[in-house]
Amino acid sequence: MMPVILWTDALVWLLVAVTVGYFWHVSRHDHLAVPWRRVTHSASGMSGLVVLLCFVLVGLLDSVHVRFAVENKDPKAKSAYSTEVESGLDLLLGHLRTRPEKTYSAPLDTRSFAKELVERPDGKQVREFPRLRHGGIHLKDEAQLPRDLLVTGLRALALGLVAWCALSAFIVLLIARRAGERTAVVWGQVWRGDTEVPWRAVLVTLGVLCAWSFTVAALSVHYHVFGTDKVGQDVLYLALKSIRTGMVIGTLTTIVTLPFGVMLGLAAGYFRGWVDDVIQYCYTTLNSIPGVLLIAAAVLMMQVVLDTHAEFFPTTEQRADARLLMLCVILGLTSWTGLARLLRGETLKLAQLEYIQAAHAFGVGHLRIIMRHILPNVMHIVLISLVMDFSGLVLAEAVLSYVGVGVDPSMKSFGTMINSARLEMARDPMVWWSLAAAFLFMFMMVLSANLFADAVRDAFDPRARTDFRPWRLRMPKLKPGKT
Amino acid sequence: MTGYIIRRCLYAVLILVGVNLLTFTLFFKVNTPDDMARMQLGAKRVTPDAIEKWKADRGYDKPLLYNAGAQGVARFTDTLYVQKSAEMFRFNFGRADDGRDISREIFSRMWPSLALAVPAFIIGLMVNITIALMMAFFRATYLDFVGVVLCVAMMSISGLFYIIGGQYLISKLWNLVPISGYQGGLDAARFVILPVLVGVVSGIGSGARWYRTIFLEEIGKDYVRTARAKGLSETTVLFRHVLKNAMIPILTGAVVVIPLLFMGSLISESFFGIPGLGSYTIDAIQAQDFAVVRSMVFIGSVLYILGLLLTDLSYTLVDPRIRLE
Repeated sequence: MMPVILWTDALVWLLVAVTVGYFWHVSRHDHLAVPWRRVTHSASGMSGLVVLLCFVLVGLLDSVHVRFAVENKDPKAKSAYSTEVESGLDLLLGHLRTRPEKTYSAPLDTRSFAKELVERPDGKQVREFPRLRHGGIHLKDEAQLPRDLLVTGLRALALGLVAWCALSAFIVLLIARRAGERTAVVWGQVWRGDTEVPWRAVLVTLGVLCAWSFTVAALSVHYHVFGTDKVGQDVLYLALKSIRTGMVIGTLTTIVTLPFGVMLGLAAGYFRGWVDDVIQYCYTTLNSIPGVLLIAAAVLMMQVVLDTHAEFFPTTEQRADARLLMLCVILGLTSWTGLARLLRGETLKLAQLEYIQAAHAFGVGHLRIIMRHILPNVMHIVLISLVMDFSGLVLAEAVLSYVGVGVDPSMKSFGTMINSARLEMARDPMVWWSLAAAFLFMFMMVLSANLFADAVRDAFDPRARTDFRPWRLRMPKLKPGKT
Repeated sequence: MTGYIIRRCLYAVLILVGVNLLTFTLFFKVNTPDDMARMQLGAKRVTPDAIEKWKADRGYDKPLLYNAGAQGVARFTDTLYVQKSAEMFRFNFGRADDGRDISREIFSRMWPSLALAVPAFIIGLMVNITIALMMAFFRATYLDFVGVVLCVAMMSISGLFYIIGGQYLISKLWNLVPISGYQGGLDAARFVILPVLVGVVSGIGSGARWYRTIFLEEIGKDYVRTARAKGLSETTVLFRHVLKNAMIPILTGAVVVIPLLFMGSLISESFFGIPGLGSYTIDAIQAQDFAVVRSMVFIGSVLYILGLLLTDLSYTLVDPRIRLE
């Protein structure tokens, strides 16, 4: 076994380390922790965070890669490694990956979607829907299918609910321990939704997640829960693999934009004069090129470079990964302008304030003023744009892959899933399950990211706090429209 | 005012020069004509002769910036930069890889694009403002809350699904309009209805939510309180005062987009098979026809800069307090 560190893997884990370090830093400084505590008070934000964390977990599992040694008859030979790179998620989902069908099959079905010439035991040849090779193979009689689905599903559901109850009890116990209160009292508070952190919403979200994932996991042992695609791959597996691609694009792109956006934005706002003119000129020029076209042009260029340097990449995975990383860089290079403009505006305002003038009067250098006095005061803008951009980038990936300038066609992503499923729209009956799975996973991922981003924005930017919460204000008795 | 406009126009030209240089670097320096020829000719083992011939046919066989072999001014004009890139300032785009004249193609494909983009833009704007006004009117009630939740949910759906869903539901299931295709003249309406509908619906989520924020910001201002204190009804306040003032940020935000409507919409045009500029661009990207991509980049930036200029002017028109100096 040989561990493979793909470029994006390294960056993703670096990002995890930085995030952990940041929160450790925040927890030691009370003034930094206040807005984050406000984030934890938003019910929708916390529910979004729970779902998002599940996606992150899947993505991180998928970011550990190894290559297995090929079994070699000759013990003296140098050990060779398989050209296939496998991730932690692949190992976990081995039963999904290694059971390909011939072609399309509907979700939870035992028969293929396409008719085939089958030879009966009595020697007659008939055209019929053949049994699948793996889906529902344990059933002797296909009439048992609904019963088996129901029994397996309900059993898993019950198990999931038990697991959820145990988890809830553990969480409540933990809260009670920390608050130094009686467990029964905390239970009551959580039940009524009276806690400061909306634990009720968190637990309900966890419950839905537990029930769903246990059921799907149990059914996926014997069936293809979301059917199979054209070459017989399990769609559930494809959807789970797509999560990492979306996550990498959503996070790494913003990381690329940060240095440009922050440095140029601060410099333009702080120094003004010709520095400002030059930087403004740069971002107006970049902005005026239609985004998709600029990305497409850059991606086409990059493709040529990758094609001419095939020797850098021993496996297709590494090649696809290099392309993914380049896509992030290109997206980042073309989208730092928004952040730079925001930061420039804010810095222009800040640089006029008395405390900066006082710093000048004390003879503090420019770099020190920017780093110590201005940067901390615009950090909230950086943070907000970091979380707000995530969902947009996940959506953009799908569109770019459709245009043909997205990720490598061999890479599993929501865009490639939609793209290949789209061609089967005309079939009758329709092959809808690939689209449904892509829709479901993408929607959940983007929605939870949006909800969390809104909570972060509301907590960090006091001016943007315009969303009312009717049930908190207890105002429905008022006539509509009167505040 | 005139002085301001002249200065802005000069700045616009400067930006166009920047765009031109940037695309030139991308398309000729990073990716040389040799690479282009190899990609177009397909096979990996292309003979150098074939590449030279491909380049000569399309006029790519010149030096980048300085032609030492030529005489006089031609030393600078008989180069790739002047022939292929600077010519675009005269809106002379040359020929696509299939030999067709790009300017002509753009002119004929403009109308289908506009037939789709203009109605989608106007109806979308009206629908978004109406919904946002409703949410602002019923603010802090459950209606508003449900509206915001729906908006966030609609924002979270990829645009591709709106198109696929619309095609499936309206064209395939209910058979109301053709799934895709296009015809000139009045027949166009039949083909354009569905893309317009899809475009409007897919924009509601982010649009209505954004306008709602603008309205709510406006409602919090002092003059609104004064208007209420005068005894005006909430409806009058909202429609006579808030709406008019909120139109300033809304209109100026929308004006930037107007010139870009010419470019059409990439995704929906190619999904619905409308022969506009958007699908032209997509086809060019997929066929790696760099001459077309280059021209579309140039036109796109011209239109965007035009939009910025119009935005500045519209500020003075809708808000007399702003003076351009």
